[in-house]
Amino acid sequence: MSSPHAKSTAPAALTLRNVTKRFDGAAGQVTALEDISLDVREGEFLVVVGPSGCGKSTLLSLLAGLEHTNEGEIRLGEEAVVAPGRDRLVMFQQDALFPWLNAIENVLFGLRLKPDLTEAERLESARYYLNLVGLGNKEKARPHELSGGMRQRVALARSLAPNPRVLLMDEPFSALDALTREQLYGDIQEIFTKRKKTIVLVTHNIREAVCLGDRVVLFSPNPGRVQQVFDVNLPRPRRMNDPALASLAAEVTTALSSHLAK
Amino acid sequence: MASKLPRPVIPTVIAVLFLVGWEWFVRTGPDTRAVLVPAPSHILKWFWEALLSGELLSATWVTMRRLVIGFAIGAALGVPLGALCARVRWVRDTLGVLALGLQTLPSVCWVPLALLWFGIREEAVLFVVVMGTIWAVVIAVQESVLNVPPLYLRAAQTMGSNGWHLWSRVIFPAALPGVLSGMKQGWAFAWRSLMAAEIFVVIVTGFGLGSLLNAGRELLRMDQVMGVMAVVMLVGLLADLVFFSPIERWLRRSRGLER
Ligand SMILES: Nc1ncnc2c1ncn2[C@@H]1O[C@H](COP(=O)(O)OP(=O)(O)O)[C@@H](O)[C@H]1O
Ligand SMILES: [Mg+2]
Repeated sequence: MSSPHAKSTAPAALTLRNVTKRFDGAAGQVTALEDISLDVREGEFLVVVGPSGCGKSTLLSLLAGLEHTNEGEIRLGEEAVVAPGRDRLVMFQQDALFPWLNAIENVLFGLRLKPDLTEAERLESARYYLNLVGLGNKEKARPHELSGGMRQRVALARSLAPNPRVLLMDEPFSALDALTREQLYGDIQEIFTKRKKTIVLVTHNIREAVCLGDRVVLFSPNPGRVQQVFDVNLPRPRRMNDPALASLAAEVTTALSSHLAK
Repeated sequence: MASKLPRPVIPTVIAVLFLVGWEWFVRTGPDTRAVLVPAPSHILKWFWEALLSGELLSATWVTMRRLVIGFAIGAALGVPLGALCARVRWVRDTLGVLALGLQTLPSVCWVPLALLWFGIREEAVLFVVVMGTIWAVVIAVQESVLNVPPLYLRAAQTMGSNGWHLWSRVIFPAALPGVLSGMKQGWAFAWRSLMAAEIFVVIVTGFGLGSLLNAGRELLRMDQVMGVMAVVMLVGLLADLVFFSPIERWLRRSRGLER
């Protein structure tokens, strides 16, 4: 177990200080997140795990600047996060690809919003990332012509291509079958190691969290709070059926159920 | 065996029997019957003569030009107005609501006012066609823009899209199928109202299909009346067949909404 604050080895890419987020729902006010303080280090793969409804998606929306905090502040480096920006791309759970664009046009969407690139550079970059996710031969395919796993790969390429400082991933694999998921765990770790990205991924799958994260932050629900933080010091690439991984996952599960039993 | 026959055979046989029966019914009756119900051969004869004299083509041209220009104006105004309704709450609560009401009004009801405002001129007919098109388009655009999945907007925004870029690259493409069916509906409304207007008033600036039908009425030439009816039907079908349906099918197919 470690402190939720950075251990000062690397500068913090994202900083959350006493962040609280409430929603006015039909059934009254809901506190989705309460008093969250957390640092995400530069180049870190941070995974937030917790049962559904504990505020994971809300957390990512706040980091993305799509929603605003009620209390506390979020900073990217030195700057306060107030609006969406290309430096923080989000990859969603499923089907956020644009159905009127084919695979490469989807990847180009974000690249075309970078004015400093020439069209040739954009195309080259889009091809590079499609190849990286293993879909170099599917450039012209429309989203509906791809399998769920392929679609998520295109979405991954689309999020990576504009080279954001931070990649935010909202349960990106949860709609996929186990085999495809396993493949993508391999892909994303490889890309993470190669590209040295800062990644924040949220999931309700504890095994997945332990498999992917440098650190795993366990959230507890009602209201969403940081319950415990786990360091994962296993070598990459990690595999789901690694016994060391299983025992760590069991530890996280115990921590979660002990809280839920309270 | 009947089930082995190609599908078009039975309808064709029935159609031919129907036409032969109709022809027989008219020819075996008294002379007055032929006035009340023209035989298919008479209608065909009228059709052929009107085609040769150029009368039919020029009337079709006049009507189509009115329809296309009026529809284009209506759609060109309806799209931004619909977008504005979707974007601005108070516009939706005023113009949007008004559009809902006016959409239920057959636009031929505008004829008296249009004649007063524009005189017995081309502008009056165009106005009626525009009124037929615009409200259906406004409502369709408003609804389809409001129904764009928020996920697309969020994804686009995090990639740095906003303002005009968001509208032109995400909202409109996402709303396109709905907008297109609104336009198709607007086209159908405009077509019906234009026919009514042309029958209702003789517009001196052009002799359209409706006027041709009305002339048939005044001459008691029911072959002409039914012939024009057939042409009106044909034009409506063709517009759908060569224009709206292919676009719609392409749109649906390219997004995997259909096979
Ligand atoms: N836009 C919203 N309006 C009202 N309540 C919301 C909204 N978004 C999320 N919530 C509530 O906030 C809580 C956390 O939701 P969410 O972040 O989606 O959880 P998770 O992603 O962990 O499943 C839930 O109780 C949910 O009902
Ligand atoms: Mg969620």
